[in-house]
Amino acid sequence: MSHLFSDTALIFGRYLRQALDSKVGVVFGLLQPMFYLIFFGPLLRDVPLGGEGDSWQTLVPGLLIQLGLFSAAFAGFGILLEKQVGVIERMRVTPVSRLALLLGRALKDVVLLLVQSLLLVLVAVALGLRAPVLGVVVGFLFVGLLTISLASLSYALAMRVDGPQGFAPVISTVNMPAMLLSGILLPMALAPGWLDAVSRCVPFRYLVDAVRAAYVGDFGWDTVGVGALVGLALCAVSMTVGTRVFRKAGA
Amino acid sequence: MPVISTAGLARTFQTKRGPVEAVRGIDLTVRPGEILGFLGPNGAGKTTTLRMLTTLLAPTGGAATVAGCDLARDPEGVRRKIGYVAQSGGTDPSVSVREELVTQGRMYRLGKAEAAARAEELAADLGLSELLDRKCGALSGGQRRRLDIAMGLTHRPVVLFLDEPTTGLDPGSRAELWDLIRRLRDGQGMTVFLTTHYLDEAEALADRLVVVDRGTVVAEGTAAALKAQYGGSPEATLQDAFIAITGRRTAEPDTAPIAV
Ligand SMILES: Nc1ncnc2c1ncn2[C@@H]1O[C@H](COP(=O)(O)OP(=O)(O)OP(=O)(O)O)[C@@H](O)[C@H]1O
Ligand SMILES: [Mg+2]
Repeated sequence: MSHLFSDTALIFGRYLRQALDSKVGVVFGLLQPMFYLIFFGPLLRDVPLGGEGDSWQTLVPGLLIQLGLFSAAFAGFGILLEKQVGVIERMRVTPVSRLALLLGRALKDVVLLLVQSLLLVLVAVALGLRAPVLGVVVGFLFVGLLTISLASLSYALAMRVDGPQGFAPVISTVNMPAMLLSGILLPMALAPGWLDAVSRCVPFRYLVDAVRAAYVGDFGWDTVGVGALVGLALCAVSMTVGTRVFRKAGA
Repeated sequence: MPVISTAGLARTFQTKRGPVEAVRGIDLTVRPGEILGFLGPNGAGKTTTLRMLTTLLAPTGGAATVAGCDLARDPEGVRRKIGYVAQSGGTDPSVSVREELVTQGRMYRLGKAEAAARAEELAADLGLSELLDRKCGALSGGQRRRLDIAMGLTHRPVVLFLDEPTTGLDPGSRAELWDLIRRLRDGQGMTVFLTTHYLDEAEALADRLVVVDRGTVVAEGTAAALKAQYGGSPEATLQDAFIAITGRRTAEPDTAPIAV
């Protein structure tokens, strides 16, 4: 326990340095949401989206969650490569805290995602987004919460599978419906009853709704409050799963 | 007091094709300061045994103590006292030699300055000083092997586990490594547990040999004793003894049960 903090800082530093070394990676993860923002966003300007605020205030929160959903869920890829060259076992044979091996990596993902989110919001502002600063900050907090949750799950999965063939299909299969069902591009307010009901089973939906509410200055319990609860619960479950897997000796 | 002792240490892997009994029950003891040669044909269970003794793999049977710590109850204690050099290494090709050595020191809880100094020292010991700022991926096979060994020595472990440390080394580097291992034992009283397929190496370096086959210990003793007991004649080589002990290795059915 006494070493958790310094070990986490060590692991965090190692992987942040690696991530920043490949600037391509930072930019690449941003491409998809940027394309949506620039090539899809303007189409929504005069479309009635059934919520408060204008189209940017609806789209940008969705894109932020999408960014988190995709980047964080694929975070485990790095570990697959490291497993192949023996780095994981070499680290696990040292006294370094097992939790730090997970936390250090996941916090690196949080920092990267926050940088990417900031860039996305700045471009959105240039395109016409106007939102309360507090709302934007709350949006970043949700991105952070989502990232640490999904990154932990992703690392845990990567630790358990044998190779990329066991990893990528799982993530893609989960992510695509999760993205559509959480109303990332268009709010679920437009959905027919059954679709709305299904989407209520997807936790990410509550995060999207919460960030959209925050972007129009609504910080009520039924929106931001519910989103925060769902986000914290997701985080608690993911961290528990992640810690378990990292504690256990290798498969 | 032995520095390593195991009783019935076993590991069975569950695979889609049924269970694989990689290690069926290993009993052995190693004295402090001993260089133990752990021999056996491919697939005998050497690496699996090492991975259990180094806390990487949970045994499915038996017990062991390593450097005074119980493997099951105090894996943390074991980790602090041992070093492990895996058969296939453990450095990231995209990271520099210096960074790997310093990170390793930090993971063993050396301070920043200490870890940096230790990296220099290890690099000097293993002839890597010129290469500190190269990426690990840009090292030759033998240079990378020396780096793997440096990584395992970072915290001056009580017991050093080496899985085929000299595979891929040229004769000169191999002789240097033998020297280094002897110096570590003579100077620091380090215990060395090493696997090798080179019988000349086992004979030159190890005080005692343990031969495993199909997951159990099938012979043990000094090279001279094994030659005398199994070699058949006084001028028998260790190779003769090894073949007599492990037999054939031709057309043996695999140990894995056949799924019907
Ligand atoms: N993760 C695993 N899952 C299933 N079987 C395994 C696993 N790891 C090892 N085995 C099997 O266990 C047996 C022992 O393997 P091990 O790697 O310990 O052998 P070894 O003595 O180190 O051989 P080598 O000299 O070739 O390195 C082999 O039959 C191997 O296929
Ligand atoms: Mg092996």
